[in-house]
Amino acid sequence: MSLYIQAVVNGILIGGVYSLMAVGLSLIFGVMRVINFAHGDMMVWGMYLSLWLFVTLGVDPYLSVLFTGAAVFLLGAAIQRGLVNRILTAPHEMQILLMMGVGLVLENLSLMTWGPDPRRVNVSYGLTTFWFGPIVADLPRLVTFALAVVLALCLYLFLTRTDLGRMIRAAADNQTGALLVGTDIRKVFTLAFGVGAACVGAAGSLMTPLLPFTPSSGLLFTVTSFNIVIIGGMGNLLGAFVGGLLVGVSESLGAVILVPSLKEIVGFVLLVLILLFRPQGLMGGRR
Amino acid sequence: MILRIVIGLAAGAALLLLPFVASSVWQNLLITTFYFAYLGQAWNVLGGYAGQLSLGHAAFFSIGAYTSVVLHTHLGLSPWVGMLAGAALAAVVSQGIGFLGFRFGLRGFYFILLTLAVAEILRLVALHLPILGGYTGLFINFTPNPWQFQFKGKIPYYFVALSFLGLASGVVWLIERSKFGVYLVAIREDEDAAEALGVDTFRYKMLAYAVSAALTALGGTFYAYYQFYLQPNTVLSMHHSVDIMIRPIVGGSGTILGPILGSFLLELLGEFSRTYFATGAAGLYVVIYGLLLIVVVLFLPRGVYPTLLGWVRRALARHA
Amino acid sequence: MSLLRVENVSKAFGGLTAVQGVSFALAEGELLALIGPNGAGKTTLFHIISGFLRPDEGRVRYAGEDLTGVRPHDICQRGMVRTFQVTRPFHRLTVMENVLVGALERVAQRRQAVKVAEEILALTGLAEKADQLGHSLTLPDRKRLELARALATGPRVLLLDEVMAGLNPTETGRLIELIRTIHRRGITILLIEHVMRAVMALSQRILVLNYGELIAEGSPDAIVRNTKVIEAYLGEGYSGLDDDGAPSRHQGTKEDT
Repeated sequence: MSLYIQAVVNGILIGGVYSLMAVGLSLIFGVMRVINFAHGDMMVWGMYLSLWLFVTLGVDPYLSVLFTGAAVFLLGAAIQRGLVNRILTAPHEMQILLMMGVGLVLENLSLMTWGPDPRRVNVSYGLTTFWFGPIVADLPRLVTFALAVVLALCLYLFLTRTDLGRMIRAAADNQTGALLVGTDIRKVFTLAFGVGAACVGAAGSLMTPLLPFTPSSGLLFTVTSFNIVIIGGMGNLLGAFVGGLLVGVSESLGAVILVPSLKEIVGFVLLVLILLFRPQGLMGGRR
Repeated sequence: MILRIVIGLAAGAALLLLPFVASSVWQNLLITTFYFAYLGQAWNVLGGYAGQLSLGHAAFFSIGAYTSVVLHTHLGLSPWVGMLAGAALAAVVSQGIGFLGFRFGLRGFYFILLTLAVAEILRLVALHLPILGGYTGLFINFTPNPWQFQFKGKIPYYFVALSFLGLASGVVWLIERSKFGVYLVAIREDEDAAEALGVDTFRYKMLAYAVSAALTALGGTFYAYYQFYLQPNTVLSMHHSVDIMIRPIVGGSGTILGPILGSFLLELLGEFSRTYFATGAAGLYVVIYGLLLIVVVLFLPRGVYPTLLGWVRRALARHA
Repeated sequence: MSLLRVENVSKAFGGLTAVQGVSFALAEGELLALIGPNGAGKTTLFHIISGFLRPDEGRVRYAGEDLTGVRPHDICQRGMVRTFQVTRPFHRLTVMENVLVGALERVAQRRQAVKVAEEILALTGLAEKADQLGHSLTLPDRKRLELARALATGPRVLLLDEVMAGLNPTETGRLIELIRTIHRRGITILLIEHVMRAVMALSQRILVLNYGELIAEGSPDAIVRNTKVIEAYLGEGYSGLDDDGAPSRHQGTKEDT
């Protein structure tokens, strides 16, 4: 029994980062209706950046989170300004292909810089564990989860309490209306894409102490993000957050019930089921 | 008209003689080009003509590869026959996916995700099936025997690959000229309008999927008996699916020459970058592929071939 | 014997009733117009008749057969074809190829289908534009193409959805003539229209829909004078005009139907 509870706890802890990742993607889709197929690759850039800071300057990835987030924000904003802006009204297939191209470039620039070997950040406190009765959790996982939730909360406050955030939400709800009240829609889009990218960049930093990664991890992160966003409902940020936890838990339970190396299969089967039976996601929302 | 025939004959002669004068490296390059052009052509039937983008074609490729290898290794069945079994199985699987996707009305992005998810599920399963080699992968013993699809030297493979390409292009050519082809592009342009005009969109999409999957599977068998090694993380990966679809998209989906041109273009660029930028080259050529894809989507949405054709036509019209 | 029977059809979307208890019959060879204010449910009714939507209640019968659950392509194959309110040309296909899609429904061989398409193009005045791409057409040409494509399928019944919208008077006149010609060939036509000139010029009978309900049915002259119809378009109390042409509040009742 405690094995399952442990699995659920593990799932929730990693789910936090998944949620942050997915919230970023959902924001981008919600505001611009753009399908960011380079999402995971941006996250991997965040991961390599935080790895580099750790290796060259000894900066703990948890401390470089904000820096990584900011850096990927700029990356995202640049991609949006230069490329995405041109295909805002194009059919989805074109957007996917464009972002796929961006993803290929990002992934292979990483490959050229870092090589194909798996990397990981080994923090000194990586083996510190805490016991809650029969349940164990290691420090990195706990910190990752906590920070992920904090960042998600910050995003929530940003979107609901600040003017910029409100502009973004308005643009997501009603583009024409936002235009009518004088919103510079292009700036809002760049901002939104940047914020979405920042989320996933920060998520990258948070992820580095937990798993090894390679340049090709990006595609998997992208698909997992889409998985979560579809399950939670496209454009629905709360849905993305909850979906992240859900996918984290189902993967974790999958690892226990099946074989650890098959854990991702649960997520994909879930995706197929949702696509077939409830494409608007568990929390409704727009298509 | 005469000019066309002359060019055609010259190209044909070149194609036939090239492998005998080319170095091993160039032979391999050409084989790879034909092979990817072939796969791209197969993808083209569903993606270019029917307009249903699939990011999961690696699945059909692998079904073809693994089926023929398993039948050969365990039952001694010649891959020439095994490849047909693989194609049939791939077609059946495509109908399963298609039924789920099309009956449940999945289009565009959602359909792409479905194809992706299925391919990923297959990959994860394949990694855990000992008969398919698991994580170590499957090594195939090379015993040169044309009846077992294994040839000494590259030249026979060159002609097999070329024939495959010819076959696929021929199939696409026939489709283009038939009612099937007209209906497919109508579905691509506007599915509901096509439906309103009497086109059974479900049936034709399913048919296109079956043809596309079967052809792709044949390519998988070729790969298996050219590379002699199969590993799920290579052949069933998303990266592989992207590899398959990028050539027809860059070259021009929905045309016969598109996948061929796309394949030549990408292969040449790849070789160029590998040769002249040796340092850090691992990955440079894919960066170039990515940039090319971006350029095509933004500026040449119909693909390189149709755009070039348009330029040439307009230039000729101006000088007429 | 009516060719098309709509029997007590209702359809709601969430809480919104789009069509409520609509029944009517269309006889072979008739030209019937369906009018009503925006949002009255006319296009929804077309979607139901042509198989794109299933009614919540009621039935559609075509040539005696129940069409419930029959897919749109099948309905087209049985002889009833519809056009779309917002034109949907196949953008990257030529005008000829567009019509060919329709013609292949009638005739399986490509060569023969091309001949049928050429004939239709000539009839609809699109012959010179045969090589133009769908997305490059002007609005009047798109409307013609929409009609030509549908015609190419060799229908018994043509459902035309606001085919006159957006045309100038000359183009409207030409399209009215074209529809008359088609009707004279024996094709049954059900027309959704806002352009009253076309409605009055073409229809033998008019159905009026308002808030999803059929509020009137009759000859063009009767409909034009129908109280309920006038009120539907102009509002309550405007049931007639006095001698000065200003709306007057009329106490008495007028004939219906």
